[in-house]
Amino acid sequence: MGFAKIWVHGEASDGVVASITLELLAKARELADSVEVVIAGDADSVAAELGDHGASVVHSIGSLDNGLAGPRIASAIADACSQGSGPDVLLCGTTYDGRDVAGRLSAKLDTPVITNVVDLKPDGDRLLGHEPVFGGTKDVFTGTTVEGLDIFVVRPKSFVAESTGGGPASVSTLQVGDLGNTGTAVVKDQFVEESSGPRLDEANIVVSGGRGLGEPEKYEMIEKLASLVKGAPGASRAVVDAGWVPYSYQVGQTGKVVKPTVYLACGISGATQHLVGMKGSANIIAINKDEEAPIFGIADLGIVGDVHKVLPKLIEALEAQ
Amino acid sequence: MDVVVCVKQIPDPADPGELNPDTKTLKRDTKLILDESDSYGVEMALQLVDAAGSGEVRLVSMTPGGETGGLRTALAMGAESAILVSDEALAGSDSLSTAKVLAAAIKRSNPDLILTATESSDGYTGTVPEQVAEILGLPSVTFGKEVSVDGEQATIKRQTESGYDVVDCPLPAVISVTAGVVEPRYPSFKGIMAAKNKPVEELDLAALGIDPTTVGWAGARQEITEIADAAAREAGEVIVDEGEAHERIMAFLDDLKVL
Ligand SMILES: Cc1cc2nc3c(=O)[nH]c(=O)nc-3n(C[C@H](O)[C@@H](O)[C@@H](O)COP(=O)(O)OP(=O)(O)OC[C@H]3O[C@@H](n4cnc5c(N)ncnc54)[C@H](O)[C@@H]3O)c2cc1C
Ligand SMILES: Cc1cc2nc3c(=O)[nH]c(=O)nc-3n(C[C@H](O)[C@H](O)[C@H](O)COP(=O)(O)OP(=O)(O)OC[C@H]3O[C@@H](n4cnc5c(N)ncnc54)[C@H](O)[C@@H]3O)c2cc1C
Repeated sequence: MGFAKIWVHGEASDGVVASITLELLAKARELADSVEVVIAGDADSVAAELGDHGASVVHSIGSLDNGLAGPRIASAIADACSQGSGPDVLLCGTTYDGRDVAGRLSAKLDTPVITNVVDLKPDGDRLLGHEPVFGGTKDVFTGTTVEGLDIFVVRPKSFVAESTGGGPASVSTLQVGDLGNTGTAVVKDQFVEESSGPRLDEANIVVSGGRGLGEPEKYEMIEKLASLVKGAPGASRAVVDAGWVPYSYQVGQTGKVVKPTVYLACGISGATQHLVGMKGSANIIAINKDEEAPIFGIADLGIVGDVHKVLPKLIEALEAQ
Repeated sequence: MDVVVCVKQIPDPADPGELNPDTKTLKRDTKLILDESDSYGVEMALQLVDAAGSGEVRLVSMTPGGETGGLRTALAMGAESAILVSDEALAGSDSLSTAKVLAAAIKRSNPDLILTATESSDGYTGTVPEQVAEILGLPSVTFGKEVSVDGEQATIKRQTESGYDVVDCPLPAVISVTAGVVEPRYPSFKGIMAAKNKPVEELDLAALGIDPTTVGWAGARQEITEIADAAAREAGEVIVDEGEAHERIMAFLDDLKVL
């Protein structure tokens, strides 16, 4: 236990640090004296940005050589821990690689992992993770009861990234030991799905569509609206599962967490699993033909109406601007 | 090719859960069903074994109370047999204890491929697949949207932040699959009848050689210190559209200066 030394699992692509990493650094800095990052890939290209966000050291495991991050980063951290140079706490993001790292590492070190965390707070000499449960209606606080590394997997948008104006972090090499069979998966190819406009989890305005749109073609109204307000289109799981849009559009418990200035929900009922992903939005507008729809319970502006009537007019009004 | 699918049996998510105020954990006194998230893994396994032309789909599930409702659903879809690890000492297990138990059960069946969902619907830690892989010393690929197998190797389309990666992975391996990637079949009447007679091997911890103090409450090594009601968000203005609601939305956006 203890949390004097926190490591953040860093993620970056093409020399740009992922927002989740900067968010985790902001919180880590508030909690610990020593904040460091462990990362794969070209650490030198991100040392300045990480330093500016409060990291003093970047532990670099070097290139993944097309391998997956999970087993490599977990193995490097586990070795550091067994040599006594590891951290007290590791923060990973709830991301594709973040969960891999946390899961692998917890099994390697035989230590628990606390997941779906949206906040962290000190409790004596340990940290507690705040997890919302039951669709966000209850808050629980969980801590470990054992010595050794504490691992938390934290949801994106839980903290606000903040630059400190600090100098670049120093880069030090962290060795990856023998992975046995665990590291044998190889990335052969990468495909980027076309998308224009801001990322869903970074957009200032999110326009989301649900089953109330009636048919897949009508989702075009959502994309049109999103592009008119320079926002990002999102979706409920109902339309993702129905194959109207890819999984990357999904907002909610099993999708993305978004906290835009404005969230416009169109034909979405407001199931608790959807609400978990968007109720942190600064302003919520909902259009639903059912005045009893739960989404109205959290909307700042609720429109009881038909999306097929309201949206075309809204598009027209925006186009006229 | 033999595939093991890890299937979790959970209380119906449509039925909201409740925490036991004394033990601060989920009350689990309702009937358990097959986690919908795992129905995709079952379907994918059936398709892969079909494509391979030989082999079978086996299920592994852990639950403290010996329930088989969810397993029967997956057996009715077409899985051949199941191992159910059930022991009262398992109540309160965290994800790592769960992974230890699943790994021990999977080992008995020595499969070519292990499929799981990326995350369960009730606990959704999303860490069990990687923990199982690490305990078994196997490679793993999470967030699979498409899986094909050619001899000793699987090729997986793995969801990424910006699209997907194509990953080659030697077998045996653990692969987790995301929801919605295949269309889970509905069990036929024949399937449902056949499922009643399919073998479900029930094992307790002793049979797996697992020390009961390393799992369940005893082995969880984490504790909930506090449960509170979350702050509720207040409802705002609700208007009925009479043909001019779009103007109200425009004014709302204008006030926020986001246009
Ligand atoms: C609200 C809530 C919060 C929790 N928070 C934590 C936490 O922070 N840390 C922690 O360690 N535990 C936590 N738990 C306990 C944890 O969820 C366990 O229930 C654990 O047994 C399984 O983890 P999971 O369902 O999250 O697995 P996941 O990793 O989400 O499951 C992924 C897949 O693994 C397979 N699988 C998982 N469990 C089983 C099973 N019993 N039988 C067969 N296959 C299975 C399935 O294919 C499943 O889809 C929490 C539980 C709840 C209800
Ligand atoms: C474990 C688990 C995880 C989940 N994770 C997620 C998640 O991450 N994200 C998510 O979104 N869901 C998630 N769900 C699913 C969730 O419970 C709901 O089923 C889903 O959000 C419903 O989507 P919807 O609102 O589009 O559809 P519905 O609930 O069917 O609602 C459609 C709404 O449209 C309205 N409507 C119909 N016609 C019109 C019209 N012409 N004009 C205006 N309104 C109209 C209806 O009144 C209704 O309110 C999860 C569920 C489970 C069990």
